[in-house]
Amino acid sequence: MSYPARDPARSTGTQGKALSKPSEGREMSSLRRRTATRQAIRFAAAVAITLIFVFPIYWLFMISFKTPDEIYSFPPKWYPGQIHFENYAVLFKDGDAITVWNSLVVAGVSTFIAMFLGTICAYSLARFRTGGEYLANWIISQRMIPPIAVVFPIFLLFVWLHLVDTYIGVIILYTAFNLPYVIWMMRGYILDIPKALEESALVDGCSRWQVIWKVVFPMCRAGLFATAIFTFVFAWNDFLFALVLTRTEATTYTVQITHYFGGQSNFWAKISAMSVLGTLPIFIAVAFMQRYLVRGMSLGAVKG
Amino acid sequence: MADLKISALHKYYGSVHAVRGIDLQIPEGEFTVLVGQSGCGKSTLLRTIAGLEECDQGSIEIGGKMVQHLPPRDRDIAMVFQNYALYPYMNVFDNIAFGLRSRKTPRDQIEPKVKYAANMLGIQHLLDRYPRQLSGGQLQRVAIGRAIVRNARLYLFDEPLSNLDAQLRDEMRGEIKRLHRDLGKTMIYVTHDQIEAMTMADRIVLLRDGAIEQAGAPLELFERPATKYVAGFLGSPSMNFLPGRLTGQGGTLAVRLEDGTVLALPAARAQKLGNRRDEAVILGLRPEHLNRAQPGDSRTGLARHTATIELLQPTGSRTYATFTLGGSSVVAELQAHDVTQMNQKIELSIDMNRAVLIDPGTENVL
Repeated sequence: MSYPARDPARSTGTQGKALSKPSEGREMSSLRRRTATRQAIRFAAAVAITLIFVFPIYWLFMISFKTPDEIYSFPPKWYPGQIHFENYAVLFKDGDAITVWNSLVVAGVSTFIAMFLGTICAYSLARFRTGGEYLANWIISQRMIPPIAVVFPIFLLFVWLHLVDTYIGVIILYTAFNLPYVIWMMRGYILDIPKALEESALVDGCSRWQVIWKVVFPMCRAGLFATAIFTFVFAWNDFLFALVLTRTEATTYTVQITHYFGGQSNFWAKISAMSVLGTLPIFIAVAFMQRYLVRGMSLGAVKG
Repeated sequence: MADLKISALHKYYGSVHAVRGIDLQIPEGEFTVLVGQSGCGKSTLLRTIAGLEECDQGSIEIGGKMVQHLPPRDRDIAMVFQNYALYPYMNVFDNIAFGLRSRKTPRDQIEPKVKYAANMLGIQHLLDRYPRQLSGGQLQRVAIGRAIVRNARLYLFDEPLSNLDAQLRDEMRGEIKRLHRDLGKTMIYVTHDQIEAMTMADRIVLLRDGAIEQAGAPLELFERPATKYVAGFLGSPSMNFLPGRLTGQGGTLAVRLEDGTVLALPAARAQKLGNRRDEAVILGLRPEHLNRAQPGDSRTGLARHTATIELLQPTGSRTYATFTLGGSSVVAELQAHDVTQMNQKIELSIDMNRAVLIDPGTENVL
């Protein structure tokens, strides 16, 4: 292939394109400078916003490692002189750390049950249109009930059933409150799975339960993880129900933290150490499942 | 014994009567194509045979066994879907082996069966790949491989080539036909493409509005359609329909078209029609039965007409020429050199031996 001869007297701009005027070269440089300035501003803004959001978590961690003098010093010490673990040791010695375990149990078990039952229910709604066109909408509307409106009737019911301050009572409640969310989310993910995949599995020898296990679960794995994480976080962070329905045996860490707010003073060291203990499981879970979380949140638009 | 026997099958979707009393028997080893326009019930019928839809009335027998109340997995069928239905989280090997594993096939038998099917389809080099790494044709081969590895009694294909480009479709048509020849199994194939139907089928079942319009060998439907719908559905370009009236001419029957043109029917044909003078009729002429008149062509049953070409659509070796006859627009399939420009006058011979006469009231072919 032959090319036309190049005129060395002509200057070239980006991508080897010949520029007809020197002013075009100046315009390109100006455009590049403006683009770089805009990117620098965006970067600076992103750093500032990140610092604003991350700083409370950083401060929480720092307080948990400080001595009381360092906690109350002014001007504030931005980091401890030495990392101290006494604040954490006290929680374990006094037996308060067991509340983190309580939270783990009730949030974990309720999430598992809600995910299992909710996904099965969502499958029925998605594939068999159980309950008609509007049942899914009615189900999610239950999630909109303000907890404060129902916590006391539930308390009275739990007293009658001897479920107050028990794991099982809190688990039942968290499961019930999170089920609508799980059903709503998983229904959307299941609707996105092509029916032909399930039909193919049915023809190939699977029962309906096997189709759910071998096709539906793998296909909406990202959605399962994302929904499970949010369900876990809802249960993990709950305060109101735990406050009303637990006493000493099943106290969760969210309630335990409030015990460190005194009439005369607050035990900031314990507050921060317990808060870190309560936050760590979430950090670890999200860190491991981040890719499923991102994929799950971006997949599967909720279908009405 | 029929390998598949459907008796008085009805299927409703609410108030919509999707399948209306279908009776169909398919002998063992036959390649049957269910064809029809969109919404005619062909996919519904196939899915009902598969058990993916419940039948509301009637019975389905596969290999002499009543299956209409059985789930799909107990009907001894395999199915290939339009969108391949391959599991994206499994590689090709696992996709093909899925059915075998679901049916608890011994592990030592799975690999040889999968490799045999893969070799048959020329995809043995793709077994480690995932569906996202395959082309459309390869995906379809894997889907077919997943079906044939099961060694089922009945194979169902639901428009498997619809998503492929034209060239690949031609290639896969041949592959499926070869597969049928090699396996010798009973296959039911659904398509809306009449070319697929004509080229692949041992028998075509043409459906319309949930009922069987006509069933038979491809050439039988093409040359002896039972109704106007069948005559117009098969053939590309489709048959020309000219309203007219039977009239007497020289002791025999002829068709007088709306513009006064009279086309004589062959004597043998007229005799079979009996005394039907003045009866309204629709004359059906296939484009390939309208040719340039050859001087000295003395075959009986050829009518002559001089036409002015209004539109030309060359395809290479053939040209579709549109002109007016009997007040209607008619398409003729001519040799490319027969007509080269619009408004050209050309003398055509119309093969009335092959013409179809249709009762306008019942739309049945006389």
